[in-house]
Amino acid sequence: MSIKDEIKKVRDNVYEIPGSYDKTMRASGRFYIADEFFDELEEGAIKQIVNVACLPGVQRYSIGLPDIHFGYGFPIGGVAAFGLRNGIVSPGGVGFDINCGVRLIKSNLTLEDIEEHLDELTEKLFKNIPSGVGSKGKIKLKENEINDVLDYGAEWAVENGYGWKEDLEVLEENGRMVDADSSIVSDKAKKRGIPQLGSLGSGNHFLEVQIVDEIYDEEVAKVFGLEKGMIVIMIHSGSRGCGHQICSDYLRVMDKAYKKYKINLGDRQLACAPLDSKEAQNYIQAMAAAANYAWANRQMMTHWIRETFEEVLGKSAKDMEMDIVYDVAHNIAKMETHKIYNREEDVLVHRKGATRAFGPGREEVPEKYRAVGQPVLIPGTMGTASYVLHGTETAMEETFGSTAHGAGRVLSRSKAKKQYDADEITNDLQSKGIKIKATSKHVIEEEAPGAYKDVDSVVRVSHETGIAKLVAKVKPLSVCKG
Amino acid sequence: MKKYEYFEVTADIGLKAYGKDINEAFENAGLAIFNIISDTDNIDATKEISFEVTSEDDVSLLYDYLEELLFYHEVEFMLFSQFHVEVGDGYSLKATIRGEEINWDKHERKTEIKAITFHEMYVKRNGHVELQAIVDL
Repeated sequence: MSIKDEIKKVRDNVYEIPGSYDKTMRASGRFYIADEFFDELEEGAIKQIVNVACLPGVQRYSIGLPDIHFGYGFPIGGVAAFGLRNGIVSPGGVGFDINCGVRLIKSNLTLEDIEEHLDELTEKLFKNIPSGVGSKGKIKLKENEINDVLDYGAEWAVENGYGWKEDLEVLEENGRMVDADSSIVSDKAKKRGIPQLGSLGSGNHFLEVQIVDEIYDEEVAKVFGLEKGMIVIMIHSGSRGCGHQICSDYLRVMDKAYKKYKINLGDRQLACAPLDSKEAQNYIQAMAAAANYAWANRQMMTHWIRETFEEVLGKSAKDMEMDIVYDVAHNIAKMETHKIYNREEDVLVHRKGATRAFGPGREEVPEKYRAVGQPVLIPGTMGTASYVLHGTETAMEETFGSTAHGAGRVLSRSKAKKQYDADEITNDLQSKGIKIKATSKHVIEEEAPGAYKDVDSVVRVSHETGIAKLVAKVKPLSVCKG
Repeated sequence: MKKYEYFEVTADIGLKAYGKDINEAFENAGLAIFNIISDTDNIDATKEISFEVTSEDDVSLLYDYLEELLFYHEVEFMLFSQFHVEVGDGYSLKATIRGEEINWDKHERKTEIKAITFHEMYVKRNGHVELQAIVDL
């Protein structure tokens, strides 16, 4: 019998895998997916929700979000929370690109202000923000400085002249996780981190100049400082080789740890350690260091974006009001307090390809947004729309304050390459008024919009189920790809 | 005999490498890796790096070896096209890899590899050696 036969529909677009499905499950599974996509949802991803529901100390539900797809160990678009007394931490529940995330910068510019300069802006952004495979950052970090980056994140960047002090107020965690400890990060991770700091990366990462195309919620948009026709800039990037190395280092550590602590796993890639173990504590501190690296990285790129706009438009970034709207991490594990069966409990929430979507009143949300819930940034794929949503009470109640993170890939890269032609895509985007600049034709073909799930549907399900509510739609004008 | 081949994985890419012994299979896996990142036919072997790895089983040895290749690629800013591997006792190996510094005016720029995964990774030794790895892009 197929696993899908055992699944119960809870309400529109919400499904439950009962805890009775597998006798080793310690919680039920819940997932949010468009009803019309239920049949096509890969069984492998559902089984991964079940595998996570079998881990020690898992709380309430192992969760799949509207963009859920098969990952390594944990599904992508997956959330799970673990009790501090009996729970675990798993690097596979965070992913290789620790604190891969999205940042949105606003401005007081309109299309009229930049239209004539768009070619020059695109060229210069592409030149000033290093991207692509085998790209080095522009700065020469000294060996001991990498420790400060890992320990202080975006704070380090601001202190070293990259951006403004007030930027820190609107970053998740204020751009620095205080648990980070660079002294337990391997030399290899540091060596990979040093040359790449201040670079975008490649694959689905991007830098876009966008325009606010539609406002769904005037009141919340006003709180976020967004209005129709406004020029904004979005960065999608992560912790580069430094974070990948930290994940790899700890996959190896956890591979030994789960055997040592006699934890039964449905898949070796769920390798984990009890939260009170040395292995777990070290991973949490090293992961936080990688998260800080990513925040420093996005902060430096923000600075260069502002400089580029200043250079091309001949006005200061302050005059153009190029303030950060928000910055979210969508691959991360965090200690948070959540209401579980009417009791406030401290838990470690793993979000792998999931965006925090804290609702109104939470103290983690910057003060100026606290009344309406945090901004949630969901990037689309190359040349398609991206969305701004806000966190909700429903997310707090149902998904440990989380929602989707983007569109999942549906076509393999080689299929995408066969199906699409870089010049055709470039011309097609051009005809829609979108400029694109990439390091190679390969990346344009591999990242063709048709190779991904429709982000519109992912966002619609988030909105309709209430685990985040739509605020604004932004459309790209210019795309830089690594 | 084929040195290596790729297979499709939705988000990433998989590789199988073959050899008359484990040394050759690991060497061919190195070629497969750098043909994802660039084109190894166009990478001259002007600079040499040697390293050693010790692990606890065949799969971990493969994982650690491939991770080491990515490490030197990123840190030395190099691409590699020649691989010499000697697997010794107790799941250890010595490798000498040759290549040159990245020059994107000369080298083809394909895809960045984020990391090696353990997903469906195997090393089969039965006379000949076949191995498989999926890399995260």
